[in-house]
Amino acid sequence: MELETQKFGTKRSESIRKQTKSKAFFGMIWVVAGITLAVLFLILGFVLVKGVPHITWTFLSQEPEMLGAEGGIFSVIVGTVAVTAMAVVIATPIGVAGAVYFNEYSKGGRVIKVIRFFTEVLAGIPSIIFGLFGFAFFVVYMNMGWSVLAGALTLTLMILPTIIRTTEESLKTVPMSYREGSLSLGATKWYTIKKVVLPCCWGGILTGVILGLGRAIGETAALMFTIGGSLNIPTSVFSSTRTMALHLYMLASEGISDEKTYATAALLIIIVLLINTSATRIGRKMTNGK
Amino acid sequence: MENKFTVRGLNLYYGDFQALKNINIDIPEHKVTALIGPSGCGKSTFLRTLDRMQDTVEGARVEGQILFDGEDIYRRDCDVIKLRKKVGMVFQSPNPFPKSIYENIVYGPRVHGITEKKKLDEIVERTLKEVALWDETKDRLNDSALGMSGGQQQRLCIARCLAVEPEVILMDEPTSALDPVATAKIEGLMHELSKKYTIVIVTHNMQQAGRISDQTAFFLLGELLEVNPTDKIFSDPDNIKTEEYISGRFG
Ligand SMILES: Nc1ncnc2c1ncn2[C@@H]1O[C@H](COP(=O)(O)OP(=O)(O)O)[C@@H](O)[C@H]1O
Ligand SMILES: [Mg+2]
Repeated sequence: MELETQKFGTKRSESIRKQTKSKAFFGMIWVVAGITLAVLFLILGFVLVKGVPHITWTFLSQEPEMLGAEGGIFSVIVGTVAVTAMAVVIATPIGVAGAVYFNEYSKGGRVIKVIRFFTEVLAGIPSIIFGLFGFAFFVVYMNMGWSVLAGALTLTLMILPTIIRTTEESLKTVPMSYREGSLSLGATKWYTIKKVVLPCCWGGILTGVILGLGRAIGETAALMFTIGGSLNIPTSVFSSTRTMALHLYMLASEGISDEKTYATAALLIIIVLLINTSATRIGRKMTNGK
Repeated sequence: MENKFTVRGLNLYYGDFQALKNINIDIPEHKVTALIGPSGCGKSTFLRTLDRMQDTVEGARVEGQILFDGEDIYRRDCDVIKLRKKVGMVFQSPNPFPKSIYENIVYGPRVHGITEKKKLDEIVERTLKEVALWDETKDRLNDSALGMSGGQQQRLCIARCLAVEPEVILMDEPTSALDPVATAKIEGLMHELSKKYTIVIVTHNMQQAGRISDQTAFFLLGELLEVNPTDKIFSDPDNIKTEEYISGRFG
């Protein structure tokens, strides 16, 4: 009897202790989450407050003058679109094809394991290394010079692992029974992939593309040695050009203009936010709307 | 009575594990053949050798001979696409594609090159009528198939299979995921289908085998212990193990 009450007693105090513990734990989570949010808003707020007032129609539509100290950033916007769009356009089909090959055709071969290992490693390499490689290989060895093309190819290498990985993840979520259903009707493997498997994956692929695009837009180190930094509007893929992130870096590091620096930074943030929210929305629509 | 399939000395290995041991069986045309036996005895594996779906399994190896209309389907130059057009399969849990009802049915015909809208419409109507789904779905053919009930989905899968005009339908426990009402509907359907098609069905359910099949094959641990007319299997089986299984003493 006594023993039992004792047991009961310890059990109770233990459960109370557990409750206090979990309360403390949740409190901590709230504090940490609060700090994170505060920091985020501080940074965003700081940049937006300093930058947004200077984002004017003139700023968006005029070409930079005096190294960017005056005028706008129109040519830089064009350069950004050219380089990142080209990188995404090259990387997406290669990445999707690679993911399809890894996931649907080559279950567990040794060569594949090696290739996969290298793609993972690729994802962890600092971007300045990509920049160096891009300079040595594309700019010098392939004789592309500082150009949209050299920069886009360098970015392609950088975002390829992201696209491969997200595509593979979404390929894995497609039930085996869909593939079997299609094969049992006499479809070939390729037809099955094209008509059943990939259509289930557009949302996932889009996520990968957006993540890659986000990385490409924010990139400076990989582009510093590969696109040159010209402030002229690029006229061909061999033109030297400048992206917004690189422009921002140059304005800031050379102390050219505080005002233009923050305006560029604010614009960059707004663009990234827009891309991300629209991507989530499209992704959701694609997955639900079947 | 013609035999649709003639299986001789069939062995199947998953790596080192032998899942089918020297299987010999004839599957007559326009009859329902039921495959019974405790789970893990190789029923699904055997069924999937008949349309070479087993090819898609990593490490599976087949020995022996399976003749379909007298031709060896495991010979090197066999056209698997053509084989699978003639031998359709319905799976254990309904697996409609995440597409509309209409798109599910025309998927197979499109694979085999039918593109004309009028023809496709005809196929949709014919097959949905065949599986008694037309009245329920004719006004919502463009709705997603995933919004249907399990029983409807399974009937849609049967319709999808019929749309390529197969000669044989393989069914792997097609009602095991369904409620009794849906099961009864599918069983009634099988009775209709057996007039036009050759059916091979795996079932866990003894009563089902008794109700719908003409011939029953009893598998145990990868061996085919007995094949006989269903009446005989259920009243006077040759093998003592069959009798024990049917009377529920194991499995
Ligand atoms: N892909 C596979 N790899 C290895 N072993 C398998 C595979 N599929 C089935 N098996 C084994 O083969 C045997 C027969 O399986 P299966 O044909 O699914 O049996 P049933 O349909 O009668 O329940 C089982 O022992 C199972 O574990
Ligand atoms: Mg099975």
